[in-house]
Amino acid sequence: MTTSTPLAIEASGLRKSYGTTRAVDGVDLAVPTGAVYGVLGPNGAGKTTTIRMLATLIAPDAGSARVLGHDIVSEADTVRELVSLTGQLASVDEELTGRENLVLLGRLLGYSRPAARSRADELLEAFDIADAGGKLVKFFSGGMRRRLDIAASIVVTPRLMFLDEPTTGLDPRSRNQVWEIARALVAEGTTILLCTQYLEEADQLADGIAVIDRGRVIAEGTPGHLKASVGAGALRVRLVDGAHRAEAARLLERAVGPVTLDAEPAALSAAADAERAAIGVAELARAGIPLAHFALEQPSLDEVFLALTGRAAEDETSPTLQELS
Amino acid sequence: MTTTSGTPDTADTAAVRRAISSTPRPPRPGPLSAALTFGWRGMLKVRHVPEQLLDVTVTPVMFLLMFTYLFGGAIAGSTSAYLDYTLPGLLVMSVLFTTVYSGVSLNTDLTKGVVDRFRSLPIWRPAPLLGSLLGDSVRYVIAGTVIIVVGVALGFRPDGGAVGAVAALALVVVFSFGLSWVFSVLGLLLRTPNAVMNAGFMAIFPLTFLSNVFVDPETLPGPLEAFVDVNPVSILATASRSLMAGEPDGGAIVVSLAVAAALAAVFLPLTTRLYRSR
Repeated sequence: MTTSTPLAIEASGLRKSYGTTRAVDGVDLAVPTGAVYGVLGPNGAGKTTTIRMLATLIAPDAGSARVLGHDIVSEADTVRELVSLTGQLASVDEELTGRENLVLLGRLLGYSRPAARSRADELLEAFDIADAGGKLVKFFSGGMRRRLDIAASIVVTPRLMFLDEPTTGLDPRSRNQVWEIARALVAEGTTILLCTQYLEEADQLADGIAVIDRGRVIAEGTPGHLKASVGAGALRVRLVDGAHRAEAARLLERAVGPVTLDAEPAALSAAADAERAAIGVAELARAGIPLAHFALEQPSLDEVFLALTGRAAEDETSPTLQELS
Repeated sequence: MTTTSGTPDTADTAAVRRAISSTPRPPRPGPLSAALTFGWRGMLKVRHVPEQLLDVTVTPVMFLLMFTYLFGGAIAGSTSAYLDYTLPGLLVMSVLFTTVYSGVSLNTDLTKGVVDRFRSLPIWRPAPLLGSLLGDSVRYVIAGTVIIVVGVALGFRPDGGAVGAVAALALVVVFSFGLSWVFSVLGLLLRTPNAVMNAGFMAIFPLTFLSNVFVDPETLPGPLEAFVDVNPVSILATASRSLMAGEPDGGAIVVSLAVAAALAAVFLPLTTRLYRSR
C-alpha cells in the first residue's frame, strides 16, 4: 500500500446487514491499480456482498468506498462506466445464444449494430467459443459459460473487473484458461478484484490478498506473507514400494518432525517449510529409499483459517474445497 | 501444479490480449436505444422458445370453444349469438392473462445472474424494465390476434369490421401496459416464478370471471351485479365490445384508459424502486 500508486479501490468501514445478519461488518480495503487483488474467504464470509456494494449493485448501510477515485454512492454512474462484473452466478442470459449475449451487451454499451456484431465475433473467436456461438447458453459447458461470462465483461475493456469465484466448479483445464485470461487482462492494464475460496488461486494470480471472515478483513498481505504467517505447508512423499514406509517415517520423523501416514499405502506426509522438506527428502535419498514422487504442498484455506482464527473455515466444506489444496 | 507457459492455451492468449486491447469506448446509448435493445432481447426469447406462447394462447382458446359450444346455447339462445357477445371479452381475458407472464419472466430474470450485469451497466435505469415490457407487448398482440382469428374462423363477424377489431385490440394492449406494472411489482416482491404465477392468477381469475366477459350482469344477484359493473375488466370488455360493434362507447374507453394510467402511475415508480434495491 505505497502512497505513490493510485488506489483502484479504497473502502473504509463498509457495512451491510440483511435482517439481523451482518453480511459485511466493517470492511476496509486498499487495492492498488494494475494488479490482481485477492479476497479470500469461505462461503458466507461476505465476499459477494462486498463486491456487490463496490459494483454499485447495492448501497452500503454504513461506511464509504471510492472506486478509481469515484464514490460508489454519489458517483455510481461513473463507477459503472469503469468497472465490470463477472458474478458468482454466471451473469449471462441462458435463454439467448452466446453471440446474442455479446451483441446485446455491445448494443447496451453504445456500439452500432454492425460494430456490436463484429466485436461479438472477435470475442467469441478469442475465447474459443466461436463454434458454439449460435447455441443457447443453457447448453454450454461450465467452462464455456465462464469464458463467455468473462468475454461479456470485456466487450468494452473495464479499468477494474470484479471476478467472483471464477473457477468454482471448473475442471483443471478450464480453470487454467480462466487464469490465463485474468493474467492477459492485467497485462493490458486492467485491475482485478478476485474473490475466491482457494488459496492456490489467490497464490497463482494475486499480488495482494485480504482474508475475510464473518464480514471482516482478518488478515492482509502478499501471498508469501500470508503463507508464512500460516506456517509450514506439508511435505508429501510417495514411495515406489510401500514396504519401506516404516523406515521412511522414522527418518522423516527425525529430520522434519511428526509424520502422518496417508490413506494411500505408500504415501506419508509431514508439516514442513521448504528447507526442512529439502532436508527430509535428502535423508530419504541418502538412505536409498526409492521415491515415486514428492511435493511441498500449500496450506489449504482451512489451514489458513485455523492459523488466523484458531478455528476451521465455517461452512459445510464442499469436496471441491479440498480438491485444490 | 500446472506450468501454464507450455500448455496449448498460450495460442489463445495472444488472441485474448488482442481482443482486450482493441476496444475504444463508444458513447453511451440513449435511454430509448437501451430500452429498444431490451425489447429485442425479449423478442429473441420468443423466437428461441416459441412454445412459451402456447401457455398464453391455449387457455383462452379453450375457454372460447368451451363456453361457446357448451354454454352458448343456454346463455344466449344460440352459439353464434353467444360468440358475438363473448368474443370481445375473451380478447380482454386472453391479453390480461398474458400480463401475468410479464411478472413471471421478470422474476425468472432476477433468479439468474444476468440482472446483476444489467444493473452494473452505465445505462438508463428503467431501460431493462421498459424494454422487456416492449417485448411483452408483442406477446400481447399475438395473444389477442389468436383469439380474434379463431373467433373469425368460428363465424364471428363484428359489425365494426377489421378496423373495429384492431381498435379493440389496441385498447386492450394499452390497458395491459398499465396492468403489467402490477405484476412486475409482484415479480419483484415474491421469491419464485411459481409464486408470482399463482398470486397473479389468483387475482386475475376472479376479476375476469366476476365481470361481464361471459354473462350479462343483469341476471346476477344485486350485490354481485354492483361489483361486476364497477370491475375495470367489465368496463374494458364493454369498451372492446363497443369498438368491435362499430359503435364506440366513449365513456368506457376513457375509463379504461384512465384506469391503465392510474395503475402505471402508482406501480411504475414502485417497480423501478424495487428493481434498483433488490
